[in-house]
Amino acid sequence: MTTRLIGAPVARREDARLLTGRARFIDDIALPGMLHAAVLRSPHAKARFTRVDAGAALALPGVHAVLTHEDLGPANAPMPLLNDNPGFIHPRMHRALAPGQVRFVGEAVALVVADSRYLAEDALDLIEVDYAPETPAVDLVAAAEEGAPLVHDDTDSNVACRTVDASGDIERAFAEADFVLREELRPERGAAQPMEARGVVARYDQSLASLTVWDTTQAPVSARGVIADKLGMPEAALTVIAPDVGGGFGVKIMLVYAEEVLVPFAARLLGRPVKWIEDRREHFVGSNHERLMVHRIEVAATGDGRILGIRDRFLYDSGAYCPYGPINAECAQAILPGPYMIPAVHSEFLAVYTNTPIVSPYRGAGQPHGNFVTEMAMNHVARALGLDAAEIRRRNLVRPEDCPWDTERIFQGNTPFIHRDSDYPAQLETALEALDYAGVRRGQPAEREQGIHRGAGLAFFVEGTGIPPYEGVEVRVEPTGHVHVATGYPSQGQGHHTTLAQIVAETLGVAPEMVVVESGRSDRFAWGVGTFASRAAVVGGNAALGAANAVRARALELASEELEAAAEDLEMANGAVHVKGAPQMAVTLAALAQAANPINTLAAGSEPGLRAADYFRSSDVAIASGVHGAVVVVDAATGMVEIERYVVVHDCGVMINPTIVDGQILGGTAQGIGGAFYEKLRFDEAGQPLVTTFMDYLIPTAMEIPPIEIHHMESRCSLNPLGVKGVGEGGVIPAAAAFCGAVEDALAPFGARVRAHPLDPPAILAMIEGRTAP
Amino acid sequence: MDAARRTVRVTVNGESHEKEVEPRLLLSDFIRHEAGLTGTHVGCEHGVCGACTVLLEGAPVRSCLMFAVQAEGASIETVESLADGDALHPLQEAFRREHGLQCGYCTPGILMTLKPFLAANPEPTEAEIRQALSGNLCRCTGYQQIVAAVRRAAAMLRAEAP
Ligand code: FES
Ligand code: FES
Repeated sequence: MTTRLIGAPVARREDARLLTGRARFIDDIALPGMLHAAVLRSPHAKARFTRVDAGAALALPGVHAVLTHEDLGPANAPMPLLNDNPGFIHPRMHRALAPGQVRFVGEAVALVVADSRYLAEDALDLIEVDYAPETPAVDLVAAAEEGAPLVHDDTDSNVACRTVDASGDIERAFAEADFVLREELRPERGAAQPMEARGVVARYDQSLASLTVWDTTQAPVSARGVIADKLGMPEAALTVIAPDVGGGFGVKIMLVYAEEVLVPFAARLLGRPVKWIEDRREHFVGSNHERLMVHRIEVAATGDGRILGIRDRFLYDSGAYCPYGPINAECAQAILPGPYMIPAVHSEFLAVYTNTPIVSPYRGAGQPHGNFVTEMAMNHVARALGLDAAEIRRRNLVRPEDCPWDTERIFQGNTPFIHRDSDYPAQLETALEALDYAGVRRGQPAEREQGIHRGAGLAFFVEGTGIPPYEGVEVRVEPTGHVHVATGYPSQGQGHHTTLAQIVAETLGVAPEMVVVESGRSDRFAWGVGTFASRAAVVGGNAALGAANAVRARALELASEELEAAAEDLEMANGAVHVKGAPQMAVTLAALAQAANPINTLAAGSEPGLRAADYFRSSDVAIASGVHGAVVVVDAATGMVEIERYVVVHDCGVMINPTIVDGQILGGTAQGIGGAFYEKLRFDEAGQPLVTTFMDYLIPTAMEIPPIEIHHMESRCSLNPLGVKGVGEGGVIPAAAAFCGAVEDALAPFGARVRAHPLDPPAILAMIEGRTAP
Repeated sequence: MDAARRTVRVTVNGESHEKEVEPRLLLSDFIRHEAGLTGTHVGCEHGVCGACTVLLEGAPVRSCLMFAVQAEGASIETVESLADGDALHPLQEAFRREHGLQCGYCTPGILMTLKPFLAANPEPTEAEIRQALSGNLCRCTGYQQIVAAVRRAAAMLRAEAP
């Protein structure tokens, strides 16, 4: 019998190194002769310059080079556009170093390479740039207007992209409506802020004319392609390795950031290893942001609370460039109907340039925004119609008997978004029961008399996971009996090595300790896309299963010759293949691997080795889903909110490792709560960032995050052999709506409506006093 | 800039280190790059995240908020001191079993914060645990599995105590 490992809460193989200080994060890499880089960043949101005077900096002993755009040549060509969109009007990408014009505070202008980081920073202070500041476009709404200062002078407007996405007959929906809700909803700007910022180390090997780049990227294989192109090198001469990475959440994938070109460029130029480590203040401006959108919606409903249609026009802040394309806006659009059967949806967005740092996905990539819009709209329609927030959801959910239900919406990667394999009504009832929703409702009248403001909020989510195109995994049995598993996508804490080992060990009947996993190195496995969009377990996990199954079939074939038994009469366990019911008639995998790589003749048509690579091609999004429920108490005197209960009902299909799944949900939910009440990036009118430290950007601590109760509903996904749906983002997506819904429910006697997040005590006090939020 | 270098002598994890350093060198950089103990991490360098926490004469400090020269003559403990060879410290073992870490970047600082905390308070309540953790940011876990790990570690340490 093979031991069941898939589904077991196996402790992580990654942990011992991380717990003992033996891990190797980017800044832990020390190479002989290594130099240190620092980036000169623009202090202006918009300015031109003609001269970068590095004379004094270069005169400083220990400074080896100062690079400006003029030194880069073709390496300074604009970065690629990662996601095209038919609605693009003016795609504009950043370059490694700004060529005479800067467009946000933080944009890279020069790179200093010196003996130490301290010295490199000293040299930054000595560089003189003759900036001529210009009026920037900072506010999203103002930037979208005609006549606004232009972020890119060669365009006639700041609108980068205009895209309409429509399904159903929207005119009819509004013609038939008994009630129309109109409002503006606004999730504010935030950022992923992993605890480790970014970093790059590069080493050039003069003898082989090859480069090794260690990079905190979520996509080493894809980054290799861009870096090779910029440096004019064959991909074959470039190895990109993602070492241990201290959290990613989207911000560590862009393809590529300036430093991912600059550091390898400098290492090749100087013939010495170069390291660049981003500090936290740099990270606040030098790495990407997310979240700000302004949605103007109209919702058509019947008198009994059926939603007939949503019309949404929204602005999406792209920041100064759009290398990632308007992917967040696309995902917000796609996710708009949520788990509800809404016959008509018409949405149109304008992606708008502003003189602020670039915006790219942060965990959820636009889905938290779309979710906030729909879930708050549900609450507000319910209030207008005198319905309960649970009841309006119940009346609109897609039911299992309706499935497969094609939303006619297109998700990231050009995939259809089709509901299947989930039971939304059951999720709702589970959440209501777990939350004691009825109890909260019953208690409210008496509590309100006593001045206690307790409220409950509900927010559904559906999440597109396991998106295309593919990932690949190679499984190879060594003659030592070890099983080597290699893939291109890296980890930033998700425990992929553990889950991949579970899948492969179970399939091959070997002890997990015998499985060696390597990931995120382009020299081990050079095909793949990267770790994002909750796709690793779905796409990578199923590729691992496919490769392990192929190795298994080959092992059984070889063993059946060896043991003179039919393959059907064999089974695999304990690192060997044996005859069923006769464990002594066995041959080890090690021996089979040896036999598969003979020293004399290799049979015609056969390949050496006991190994296989497999690619899981995804063509359809696996939809993970669930409900978050929160009970909060609002202090009407201070505007503070206490979260009393927080319940997550979650369906990510088969769980390969339930403990890791819980970790993903808990961490994501905490990020969602942070975005709902604490975290906000602000700029002044000149485009100066006002939030560049953890003193101002309030990441929640253990005191702010409540205990979270998780209820799993494990309905197998029919789209892949493992039966999994992704789990990375279901924690974060609905958290803001659940929190804000609970707050407005608590403040219902004041007629409170939440239309923006993060909330903060002043905003809450304003709602209590009946003012519009500041 | 070309500040006179100064000699710093400190004991880290029982081993003495003597180095000529610039007076402005942060203690965190000294530990990581001069002593070569890279288990101590740096998340903000402005004293908020707690990733750089080490024990200085047994008390937790943020090594990014001190200059190495200020630690002259002191005894420092870092995360590398916790395990005994391959045998994990109960705190480490508890974190492993409760999935108290994901990327592990914040973890060394959290472990070093908790060691003296549990020594002083062997049977903490959940509220006390959360309070003790409140100076350490973790972006991955949402803290719940960390809290569970602390509870387990406390029980393991109590069972071990004579
Ligand atoms: S690095 Fe020292 S507190 Fe953040
Ligand atoms: S485990 Fe990643 S920051 Fe805490």
